[in-house]
Amino acid sequence: MAEAYDVAVIGAGHAGCEAALACARLGLETIMFTVSVESIALMPCNPNIGGSSKGHIVREIDALGGEMGKNIDKTFIQSKMLNVSKGPAVHSLRAQADKAMYSRTMRMTLENTDHLTIKQAEVTDIHVTDGRVTGVRIHTGIEYLCKAVVICSGTYLKARCLCGEAITYTGPNGLMAANHLTDCLKSLGIEMFRFKTGTPARMDKRTIDFSKMEEQLGDERIRPFSFTTDPEEIQREQVSCWLTYTNEKTHEIIRENLHRSPIYAGVIEGVGPRYCPSIEDKVVKFADKNRHQVFIEPEGEYTNEMYVGGMSSSLPEDVQEKMYHTVPGLEHAKIVRNAYAIEYDCINARQLNPTLEFKRIKGLFSAGQFNGSSGYEEAAGQGLVAGINAALQVLGREMITLDRSESYIGVLIDDLVTKENREPYRMMTSRAEYRLLLRQDNADLRLTEIGYKAGLISDERYDKLQKKKEQIDREIERVRHVTVGASSEVQQLLEACGTQTLKSGTTLAELIKRPELDYEKLSPIDRERPSLPWDVVEQVDINLKYEGYIKRQLKQVEQFKKMEKKKIPEDIDYDDVKSLRTEAVQKLKLFHPVSVGQASRISGVSPADISVLLIYLEQLRRKQKL
Amino acid sequence: MVTDTIAAIATAMSEAGISIVRISGENAIPAADAVFRSGKSGRRLAEAKSHTIHYGYIFDGDERIDEVLVMLMKGPNSYTGEDTVEIDCHGGVYVTKRILETVLKQQVRAADPGEFTKRAFLNGRIDLSQAEAVGDIISARNEYALKSSLDQLRGSVRETIQDLRKDLIYHIAYIESALDDPEHISLDGYREELSQVNDRLLSRLLKLIRSFDNGRMRKEGIRTVIVGKPNAGKSSLLNVLVGEDRAIVTDIAGTTRDILEEQIEIHGISLNIIDTAGIRDTSDRVEKIGVDRAISSMEKADLILYVADSSVPMNEDDEKIIEMLRGRRVIVLLNKTDLPGVISQEAIQACIDAPVIRISAKEEKGIEELENTLKDLFFQGELAFNDEICITNIRHKQALQDAYESLLQVKESIALQMPEDFFSIDLMGAYESLGKVIGESVEEDLVNEIFSKFCMGK
Repeated sequence: MAEAYDVAVIGAGHAGCEAALACARLGLETIMFTVSVESIALMPCNPNIGGSSKGHIVREIDALGGEMGKNIDKTFIQSKMLNVSKGPAVHSLRAQADKAMYSRTMRMTLENTDHLTIKQAEVTDIHVTDGRVTGVRIHTGIEYLCKAVVICSGTYLKARCLCGEAITYTGPNGLMAANHLTDCLKSLGIEMFRFKTGTPARMDKRTIDFSKMEEQLGDERIRPFSFTTDPEEIQREQVSCWLTYTNEKTHEIIRENLHRSPIYAGVIEGVGPRYCPSIEDKVVKFADKNRHQVFIEPEGEYTNEMYVGGMSSSLPEDVQEKMYHTVPGLEHAKIVRNAYAIEYDCINARQLNPTLEFKRIKGLFSAGQFNGSSGYEEAAGQGLVAGINAALQVLGREMITLDRSESYIGVLIDDLVTKENREPYRMMTSRAEYRLLLRQDNADLRLTEIGYKAGLISDERYDKLQKKKEQIDREIERVRHVTVGASSEVQQLLEACGTQTLKSGTTLAELIKRPELDYEKLSPIDRERPSLPWDVVEQVDINLKYEGYIKRQLKQVEQFKKMEKKKIPEDIDYDDVKSLRTEAVQKLKLFHPVSVGQASRISGVSPADISVLLIYLEQLRRKQKL
Repeated sequence: MVTDTIAAIATAMSEAGISIVRISGENAIPAADAVFRSGKSGRRLAEAKSHTIHYGYIFDGDERIDEVLVMLMKGPNSYTGEDTVEIDCHGGVYVTKRILETVLKQQVRAADPGEFTKRAFLNGRIDLSQAEAVGDIISARNEYALKSSLDQLRGSVRETIQDLRKDLIYHIAYIESALDDPEHISLDGYREELSQVNDRLLSRLLKLIRSFDNGRMRKEGIRTVIVGKPNAGKSSLLNVLVGEDRAIVTDIAGTTRDILEEQIEIHGISLNIIDTAGIRDTSDRVEKIGVDRAISSMEKADLILYVADSSVPMNEDDEKIIEMLRGRRVIVLLNKTDLPGVISQEAIQACIDAPVIRISAKEEKGIEELENTLKDLFFQGELAFNDEICITNIRHKQALQDAYESLLQVKESIALQMPEDFFSIDLMGAYESLGKVIGESVEEDLVNEIFSKFCMGK
């Protein structure tokens, strides 16, 4: 008799960890497969979590009840809020991780979670009967029964690493590739893509001359990722990063050796991401730039390995040596691990619903790089959603869909399943059309409710959030009604802040809107002010200061939501919709959108097609009523 | 359902009788109130009962535009099922357009093709049995609007808009790449640069909007196509009407091989006059293309001027042309009356039900009679603008104005010392609005621009 579980998670990277934890925490018997237990929550590329828009995703994961934020709070060695000189919507937290600690800490959390079983094995087959998942088989032939499967295979499927002419058939860091699952997926009718990505070299710290580089420090006051972490508890000593530059000499060596790059020689079949180009790509595409930045970042506190950010490459190692040695400070640096490019199988994500379940196979979910994304945070965000939905489905409850107006994770998933993705997808703030509403500071206000309903947020945390909401609303109302007259005290304060004095009375709220002022600065003239936590004050400030802009986006969201709510029946026959253009029919059949809103975002579907579709749906509705 | 408010001209665009501007949606009554002043009571429409008629004037600011009757129908008892106001105006085509444009300033947008019908159906005001017809109307009208919208824009306008969009997307991409990768791309000092760029874009856009008002931008007017056999004198007629030698005129049949288009005004009616290649059976490949184009522009015409050479007998080519004219609005011009005639007015009148005028393009005789006939047709309402073309033009103008508003918002954000990420949001708004004019959407433009112009991290 085969062992039976509720959910099987394939892979233990950032997506797999979140998926498995979500399922187990919701009380489902969960088994997680990995080709190597040592590689749980491995960070095979950059040694940091967060960054522009990715930091938003981490906070959203935390607000929903995920683990990534908590784990990085425990294991960071430097932290920095990016874009602080810009608007609050683009402030973004980034932390340098101690990679080994990050991985070990996550593994401990997993190992100590009830209902969660970790198993080192390569999954070779997924069993599907009558369009529904029934179990998996591993390489040793053992079978497991399960009701749902979440695939989080990352870059391991038929992985191939390239460093010049040297090609190895392994996953990242020389780990075993998973060579069988692709064939099984293809036999299930799943359409596969082949993508590639790359990573730079790691150097021995003792051989680097830091005196030739600029030191990059962390923030003086550290802000945590998790809404549950007490900021006081994480004010710890930080490690520095370093900045240096490439030069003409570097570029010359690259140009001379381009023919030996597997990409330029045409050996690589996979499609690489444009946003993290290899140094070869940068030199070729931006030939007029005479230097590129290079960030030297520690891989951890108890290792001498340093990550050479900005110089990923697939050139042969002898060329890499020469190239790195031209960079100031790296003249005598020794390479511990060489840079390489990696190719892997992934899917065309339009086969998924926004719940991350395959449209044609019930109970089969997927997340992370397997879905054509890139980045630890993007993977974790999907892993969490896929995990929650796999669990909810097994429990017979309604699954969740995050939409574009409430989270970056929603934008990420919608883009993956609705657009023609031709390269690994990375989140960017410009992809979020309602980004003034999707800030890192209000992720808890946006999403904790959803996490609570799913069952991943405690009552205590939820009550705390409700209280915070009330405090914010009450305080905004209060300052709107506090009138300020042109007394000498007021005028003096305004003058001291470098803003115009008053000609007639106004309200505190109006004063907060002035660029020179904020909530804090007005405290001397606000006698009735209650004592409030800093995070409440922050919300009051932002909501008042940017009120006009926020209102405009809220109005757009209202329109957006109407179309999202118009669901399209699963069994719709687009050939039956008269007067749709042929191109629209083809696209709609291919993507099978779940809502009219999603349909409207498919390239090749025009507003007129959407009108025709609405008419058709109304027609269906009325016929059913008859 | 969708609750935003839409407006359009609901009647044919002619000078006959009354024309109606229809407004429908949540904001229809407040919008009408904002432009309407009651003639007597001074009562606001918001306070009036449903299904009542009100006499008064339409004002654009302080300027009185027209004397009107306004019909008020509150939802759900209206055509669309929504609050609806219909403005009956009397002032002719120009004034009707002005009224629509005035209404569109009140948080109302120009209706999409077939949108009133769509709403009527979605709100249960049209029977289920007609659903398919509704779908057909929407898709057919859109198809037409899309085609005519591109047809109407002059090449130079298109280029200007593309140029503006190129500037916009570059600056959006610059800001966005700096937000995504602040350690590689800096925005120090950029505010001042953008401020200048934005001012420049604003003034170029303003110029474009003004030229739109002057009619220099769009080919609006009654689409009038001149057809006839080769050498009937079509190009001579065009030259006479335009008042200068635009077309090459020779004695050689088949001289005009392509379409020539000119805009003229006769008694205040603007005509978009199109000269075509003479229609005949031909084996010359180039000429054949011209003939095909002539036939296809005939199909799109509001009015056809059929030029027949009175000095040569009619043949199969004439018969073929007359066949194509059936059911169309036509004026027959019996040309070359300076030469001895072989076709009489009566003979041709027998073949076709249309006014026949004897002219001599060469001696410029009979032109006045043609002009008077045109005027009569127009004011009797038998000749109308294509309303889809008119509404597309209004849509274009609204899109340009939206773009302008977005850039004003950028200007304000800069003045208020807002952070840079606020700028790109409204720059994007302008980019999208301009895209609507030339029929281009946004899709992956920004991401592509970022990656191709700016070198990002890792």
